[in-house]
Amino acid sequence: MSKFKKKKDGGLPPISTASLPDIVFMLLFFFMVATVIKEDNLMVENKLPSADQIEKLDKKNPISYIYIGKPSRNYQDTYGTADRIQLNDKYATPEAVKPFLASERAALREELIPRLTIAMKVDSDAKMGILSDVKQVLRDENALKINYTTRKGDAVSKN
Amino acid sequence: MAKRAAPEVNAGSMADIAFLLLIFFLVTTDIAVDSGLNRKLPPKQEDIVDPPIIKERNIFQLSVNKNNDLFLKTGGEEKTIRLTNLRKEAIAFLDNGGGLDKDACKICRGNKNPKSSDNFQKAIISLQNDRLTKYATYIAVQNEIIAAYNELRNREFKRMYPNTGINYVQANAAYKDPQTSPGDKAKLKEKLEVIKQLIPQKFSEAEPKKN
Repeated sequence: MSKFKKKKDGGLPPISTASLPDIVFMLLFFFMVATVIKEDNLMVENKLPSADQIEKLDKKNPISYIYIGKPSRNYQDTYGTADRIQLNDKYATPEAVKPFLASERAALREELIPRLTIAMKVDSDAKMGILSDVKQVLRDENALKINYTTRKGDAVSKN
Repeated sequence: MAKRAAPEVNAGSMADIAFLLLIFFLVTTDIAVDSGLNRKLPPKQEDIVDPPIIKERNIFQLSVNKNNDLFLKTGGEEKTIRLTNLRKEAIAFLDNGGGLDKDACKICRGNKNPKSSDNFQKAIISLQNDRLTKYATYIAVQNEIIAAYNELRNREFKRMYPNTGINYVQANAAYKDPQTSPGDKAKLKEKLEVIKQLIPQKFSEAEPKKN
């Protein structure tokens, strides 16, 4: 009846979600910039050690990754807890590094083959034995440029 | 005619779309670790050649056992050392400069112990590890030895090129940086090569002991 309706009271006004997309897009862009597409699905534990005399891996040169470590938790029932090598998406023996290298090299242009760097991503708790075997194979195959991938940090205090 | 306002586009599902993309990127990517210790493996030796004769005083013989303990044989003494002292010991060995006459080292600042290395060219660091040595220890040892070389190279770089205002490690990083112009790169490379010749990294890894 009255000209001015009484304001409804009670009930909170709905919270505006109009800026939610902005926030999510911001997160999305952050992740797009700060991360790279996964090379391989890790099947081994891979807690990298840290060191402070590190150099950046040269992205201009081709890189192949070799992972070494204990099988991850969900594979331990099947594969046990001894250190294993992972090439591409499966476990391998040191001997299998040879065909792996051959296939990696086959995918490269010829002039890039001598510049192929092998990045070793080895778990800090792994033992040296298996790594030595891999290094021996790499030597035999003349893949001499290697990189022990590490995080930046103090190498000494963690031991 | 009354002006009709354009109907507002419903943006309510925008958040859902963005979330979907976000989750996709979270799952398919990981934060890359693209730094590490660059090493070069020795080339395969075809036939067994007689090993060159190296004076014992010129070898910094380091072994790591399966309990990750370090054992050092150098300068006429044998001792176990802690990882924290390794860098200091390595620098003392490399920088010793005990050589005489033609082996004399003009740039070494060590204490000229006749039982330790002659000069930078002669000094060799040898590392042997056990098959059961932990990888983290191996990396720490490698790191400390590279650090010892880098420290000496930094010193010499600063001594020879004081007006560049940078040290060896920074120069190397600038050389690797794709944003550095080719002209600067060539200049840096020249300097880096001089230092590398002056203090070569003579680091040999023996094959690990079998158990």
